[in-house]
Amino acid sequence: MTLIGKPIPRKEGRRKVTGQALYVDDLTFPGMLHGVTVRSSVARGRIKSISFDQPPATAGGSDCHIPWNEFTIVTAKDIRDLKLGENYVALILNDQPYLADEIVNHPEEPIVLLAHSDKYLLEEARRHVRIEYEELPAVFSLQDSLAQKEIIWGDDNVFKKFLVDKGNVDDVWAKADFIVEGEYETGAQEQLYIETNGAIAIANADEGVTVWGSMQCPYYIHKALIKLFALPEEKIRVIQTETGGGFGGKEEYPSMIAGHAALLAWKSGKPVKMIYDRAEDMVATTKRHPSRTRHKTAVTKDGKLLAQEIEFVIDGGAYCTLSPVVLSRGTIHAAGPYFCPNVRIKSKALATNMPPHGAFRGFGAPQSIFALERHMDKVAKTVGLTPEELRRRNFIHEGETTATNQTIREKVDMEGLLNRAFALSDYYTKREQFARENAAGNADVAERGSSPTVREGVSALSRAVRTGTSALPGIKKGIGFASFMHGAGFTGSGEVFLQSVVGAEATSEGRVKILAASTEIGQGTNTIFAQIAADALGLDYDLVEVTQPDTAQVPNSGPTVASRTCMIVGKLVESAVLGLKQTLFGSGLLKEQFTQAEFQEACAEHIEKFGSLKSFSKYEPPPNVLWDDEKYQGDAYGAFAWAVYVAEVSYDPLTYEAHVDDFVAVQEVGRVINPVLAAGQIEGGVAQAIGLTLYENVVWQNGRMLNGQMTNYIMPTAADIPPIRVFFEENPYAYGPAGAKGIGELPMDGPAPAILNAIENAMGASFTHVPLMPEAMMEKSAA
Amino acid sequence: MSDRIEINCTVNEQPQKLHAYPMERLLDVLREQLRLTGTKEGCGEGECGACSVMIDGRIVNSCLVPVAQVAGAAIQTIEGLATEDQLHAVQQAFIECGGAQCGICTPGMVLAAVDLLKWNPNPNETEIRNGLAGNLCRCTGYMKIFESVVRAVGK
Repeated sequence: MTLIGKPIPRKEGRRKVTGQALYVDDLTFPGMLHGVTVRSSVARGRIKSISFDQPPATAGGSDCHIPWNEFTIVTAKDIRDLKLGENYVALILNDQPYLADEIVNHPEEPIVLLAHSDKYLLEEARRHVRIEYEELPAVFSLQDSLAQKEIIWGDDNVFKKFLVDKGNVDDVWAKADFIVEGEYETGAQEQLYIETNGAIAIANADEGVTVWGSMQCPYYIHKALIKLFALPEEKIRVIQTETGGGFGGKEEYPSMIAGHAALLAWKSGKPVKMIYDRAEDMVATTKRHPSRTRHKTAVTKDGKLLAQEIEFVIDGGAYCTLSPVVLSRGTIHAAGPYFCPNVRIKSKALATNMPPHGAFRGFGAPQSIFALERHMDKVAKTVGLTPEELRRRNFIHEGETTATNQTIREKVDMEGLLNRAFALSDYYTKREQFARENAAGNADVAERGSSPTVREGVSALSRAVRTGTSALPGIKKGIGFASFMHGAGFTGSGEVFLQSVVGAEATSEGRVKILAASTEIGQGTNTIFAQIAADALGLDYDLVEVTQPDTAQVPNSGPTVASRTCMIVGKLVESAVLGLKQTLFGSGLLKEQFTQAEFQEACAEHIEKFGSLKSFSKYEPPPNVLWDDEKYQGDAYGAFAWAVYVAEVSYDPLTYEAHVDDFVAVQEVGRVINPVLAAGQIEGGVAQAIGLTLYENVVWQNGRMLNGQMTNYIMPTAADIPPIRVFFEENPYAYGPAGAKGIGELPMDGPAPAILNAIENAMGASFTHVPLMPEAMMEKSAA
Repeated sequence: MSDRIEINCTVNEQPQKLHAYPMERLLDVLREQLRLTGTKEGCGEGECGACSVMIDGRIVNSCLVPVAQVAGAAIQTIEGLATEDQLHAVQQAFIECGGAQCGICTPGMVLAAVDLLKWNPNPNETEIRNGLAGNLCRCTGYMKIFESVVRAVGK
């Protein structure tokens, strides 16, 4: 074990810091056209006509003529006329068309594609495609969808529902000392990867379809294009270019833009590049599912949970996309890291006429955990316990069962995580200090966190101007926390269905190439795969290369989602490279206790003798992991990551702003493969979750996002983020590579409830929704 | 649309004769005409800083600069920061400290850090935060970027 746990620099770091890394928009092909999408301007309706207009004549307007005959134009009709395949994005229910055919179901739904070599002219042309609609009544809220105000999808607007039933909650209500109810909501959130979605396609009957693009899941696109073009799988090739962030936003959506680019390429016979600008990416692509969660909790006067009844509903938008899977994860995480003998969770993913919501880091869990961890503070208050004492009395332990009756077989120590997080954040001292100072009404401004920020500077300035004084009175401070877990890998039988495969190939120089479809999207796939492989073989890190995902070169190791890349795919990398070693042992070319030079020599000899040296490894579930899809019972995840996060906030009653001043994140994620990358995952996730909590507010009007710009959809800057202090407890997981579990989504789950719990501690007001904007805090403080 | 004009400037110390529409964005001219694709577009409206370049030693968002404005100017992009065998200290620090994740904000962020250290060779934490507040990063939560700047100080 020489490479595990070491801060090895990122494989592709050098090309990223020098600007040499090539993202999709950095590529160009001879004769390449640019493509754009013309989208629906109504939420729901029937397309009456599509026409291609000219701009109105203006003074000297002769150069404004649009030469429509030079454009490649694709509509739904072309998919039929060109005798291609199916007009849907193959995913789960195949209900989403590539191009709307007669009916549109949400604003920004793609209807017409245009391509031309001059992108300025193309932009002008996009504005002069005129589409007439007969509008139909639409549904824009979970409430209206649930009430079936209009039936807009299927028979009942329901994409999917789940029931998790453990014990019998109905037997408990009568004997409970307290029954605590609450309702909680979360809003949409934009992934806001800094590189927008983009793809380039070359497509024709001879060569088939090749797509380069920014993506998380090359084989999702591969599957979708097979259906769209009705071509055999070897005629479709998908290549991932360097990808500038994903966060789930490039899980399923790239199948859409890749298909569009390929349709234009097929019809024009030329390479076509489609790159969304920021506004299009924000208004038209997927976001985090808005949610509503209702809790009814029975508890004894000693604070023992007797029953949890939870109703969880999410807004899937106009098409199913991944909503059933998002709902599943949200449902399973809804009861949290607690042992409760009776649990009933009913959940639904509903249709509205919004652009489809989709994958976003955490995948439903941040929504249901937000509700639970706000609700636990409410239960504690009702019972008369501190928030931490209530949780201590209910934390799950090894041998106890989760909501799905999964027996926890790991040594989980939530109390230990809580104690460490409290010590590191100085929780008790601060709780007491803030109570005293808030009551005195003059929290010392010097105590407002270790790093004053621009935001605070502006607040201070506005206060000084308005009060005519430099004093900064009235800041309220608070501290709060959340305890939670996140399951790694696909839910239930998902990994078994995926049948993921990873390959390893040795070269005659004795280098090892990893062959996997798992993408590097910033999280460190290339680096940890190389660390795992080199460590397993006892080789130098630099001898291992990770092949760029290309469906013509790499096997399907499954999608890059669900905190599965390290734990599930990393384990396959480990066993694939061990297979190389076994092969060399078997052929007698190598013996145990080999040196690197001996390994390299053996590879050369083997390849000379047999032509190549490859090894493939296929997923096998750990023993005794059983899941019942019918009853939604059993081992939902092979392993969970466990965490306690503490947030310290200040609330300014003059500007009604809350600011996070300090953040402590303590978690157990199994063995940490690379401490710098792992901490980077937690810090980035916490920052994104702070955005979800206090800054990122999608403003909707009739299903359309109104603030699709970075100017008015505000993500946290370097000046907004508190010090994020990250600590790992390491408890090696027997079935992870070198003992590692999943990590990527975990940090998205805890910050929102921790921050709102802290805000309640600061200002005494209890909020039940995120994003929590100053307007909402103003209303409560006026009340 | 008016006709293309000729613009003389230097880019990464090389004299360049550009032929472009006067209102074309410097960002597009750098990327498409000179194939300097290290400069990225993140938002196209001056919010994210991914397109940061130096003009006459000052950091600017190249998506907001009409190319006509750079006549006679000295432009530096990310490609002009390292020499063939020597990374800039800030680039080296970003690699060592994990300041780059997905890498799309990195060229702009690196230039912003270089600019910060040029004007303030020994910034405190607040100055680092404020110095980088014009460049958005969605991956790192900024912590490792701050560490990178601290690591690069004095190098």
